[in-house]
Amino acid sequence: MKKEVKKPVLAVGPFHPLQEEMEFFQLTLDGEKVTDIDVRLSYNHRGIEKISETLQFDQIPYLISRICGICSASHPLAYVQAVEELAGIKPPPRALYVRTIINELERIHSHLLWVGLGGHFIGYDTVFMWAWKYREPVLDLLEEITGNRNNYGNVRVGGCREDVPNELIPKILKELDEIEKKTEMLTKAVLDDPVLHARLKGVGILKKEDAIRYAVTGPTARGSGVDIDVRRDDPYAAYGELDWKVIVQQEGDVFAKAVVRLLETFESIKIVRQALKKLPDGPITAEVREIPPGEAVGHAEAPRGETFHYVRSDGGNRPIRHKVRAPSYVNVPSFKASCIGQDIADVTLTLAAVDPCYSCTERLAVVDRCNNITHTYETILQLSRQKTTKIMKELGVQGLKMEDLRIG
Amino acid sequence: MNQQELNSRISEIKNKVTAIEQKADNRIYIPCEAGNSYAVCKFLFEDVGARFCTATGIDSDDCFEVLYHFSYDRTGCVITVKAFIRDRKNPAIESITPFLPAAEWIEREIHDVLGIDFINHPNLKRLILADDWPQGVYPLRKEVKK
Repeated sequence: MKKEVKKPVLAVGPFHPLQEEMEFFQLTLDGEKVTDIDVRLSYNHRGIEKISETLQFDQIPYLISRICGICSASHPLAYVQAVEELAGIKPPPRALYVRTIINELERIHSHLLWVGLGGHFIGYDTVFMWAWKYREPVLDLLEEITGNRNNYGNVRVGGCREDVPNELIPKILKELDEIEKKTEMLTKAVLDDPVLHARLKGVGILKKEDAIRYAVTGPTARGSGVDIDVRRDDPYAAYGELDWKVIVQQEGDVFAKAVVRLLETFESIKIVRQALKKLPDGPITAEVREIPPGEAVGHAEAPRGETFHYVRSDGGNRPIRHKVRAPSYVNVPSFKASCIGQDIADVTLTLAAVDPCYSCTERLAVVDRCNNITHTYETILQLSRQKTTKIMKELGVQGLKMEDLRIG
Repeated sequence: MNQQELNSRISEIKNKVTAIEQKADNRIYIPCEAGNSYAVCKFLFEDVGARFCTATGIDSDDCFEVLYHFSYDRTGCVITVKAFIRDRKNPAIESITPFLPAAEWIEREIHDVLGIDFINHPNLKRLILADDWPQGVYPLRKEVKK
C-alpha cells in the first residue's frame, strides 16, 4: 500500500493586532524551501462598498478614510476625484496644493514606518526605534493641520475641509529640514551597512515580467523596474506643477524596495517644500450642487501604490455603486512569484517588503503536519534574526548601534 | 504611444465592441457583450500594453456588468471595458485570469459577491466570503437588503 506523503504546510496568520488587514498565508514547504503559497483574506471584511451605497456623496470621504489608518488621505482623494470628474467640479488651486501637502506628509510617515518595521524583522531594533521616532513629528504636523494624527478627514468633494494656515508654514519648513537630516542619516546608515547588503540583496526577487503580469503598483512595481507613478502619469492635485522625480530600481529584491522607499521620502519632502512655497491664496472649497447620473474613475498614488475608485451615480444623492481597490490587493498576490523558492527565514521579509504584511508576521504559526509540531511567530522571527546574526559573524562585523545613528 | 496613437490602436477592435466612448480627458469606456470581453481585454493587455487595475461587478437590474479597468500609464489614460451579461439566471463570463494572473482575486471576489461564473478560471474558490456563508446568497445583488 502506498502511503500518501503530505508536504509540511506553514501557516502565516490570520490574526494580527497591529494592522487592519488580516491575511492568512499557507506556505507549502520542501525542507526549508517554499514550494507553494496560498492566501486567504477578508477576515476583517467590513462591507465598505455596500455601506457606501447607503451614504450621501459628501459623507463617503469619512467612511473611506477609515479603510486604512495609514492611507487615510489617498483613499478619500481618489474617491473625490472620481466624483469631481463625474460632476465636472474644479476645486480651487489652493485646495489642490493642500491635498498635495497632506498626501506627501502621509507618504513620509508611511515610508518611515515601513523602514522601522523592516529593521525589526531582521533584528535591527535600533533602526526600528529611530525610524519611528523620526516619524512622530510628521504625525504632529498632520494633527496641527487637520486635527488628527491619522484619519484626517480632510478632503471633501470640491476641495478641502481644513486649510494649511499661512502662519504654520515656517514651522512645517523647519520640521521638514529636521526630518530630512535624520532621514538622510538613516538612509546612509542603511545603504552603507554591509550586513544589510548581504541580508537583503537577492532576497524575494520579483522579476519585471512578473511585476507586469501581477499588475503590482507603487514601490513594489518601481523596485522591479516598472516605471509607473500615478502622480506623474495622470497628474492630479498639484503634482503636475511641481518638480520631483520618480524613483525606480531594477533589481526587484527587498533591498531595491527599501531603496525606493527611502529615496522617495526625500522626493516627498521636496514636494511639500515646493507646495508650501507656491501655495496660492484663495478659497479651499468650490460649490457643489447636484451629482448628475454617470460614472467615473479616480486614482491616486498612495504610499503603497495606486488606489483605485470607481463611482456610478443615477442622479440621486447616493452612489449606486462604489468600487474600491487598495494597492495591497494587487501587490499581495505577487508573493506567488516572489516567495516560491525562498527560505522560510526570508519569507517574513519578502512578505513585509511589499508593505501590507506586518499583519501576517506578528502572529505567525508553523504547522508541520507530518510531525504535528506547531511553531509560533517568535520561532519564525527568530529564524529571520538568526540569519542576520550569521551573516554578521561571517562578515566579522557588528550591526548598527545607537551610537552610529546619532546626529553629529 | 501618445493619446492619438492609443485611440487609433483601440479602434482596431471596434467590430468586437458596441461603442468606444470618451467620457472625460484620459477616460475611455468600451461597452461590449460578455462574449467579447475576453478578446478585448487580451488585446488591451498584450497588444496595447495596458496595466490591469481591477474589475467592478455591478448588478444593474436587467443585467450584470463586469467592468475591467485598465490603465495605459504612458498617457495616464484609464480604459474601462464594460461587459454586459444578459442572462440573469446563470450569469457567466470568460475569465481573463489565464493570461492575466492579476485578475485572479477580483474575479473570485465578484464570483463571491454577485454569483457570476468565470469560465476557465483556474481557482474559482471563495476569496472574501466566510466558509460558513450560505450557498446562493450574493451580498452585492440588489435583492439583498442594505
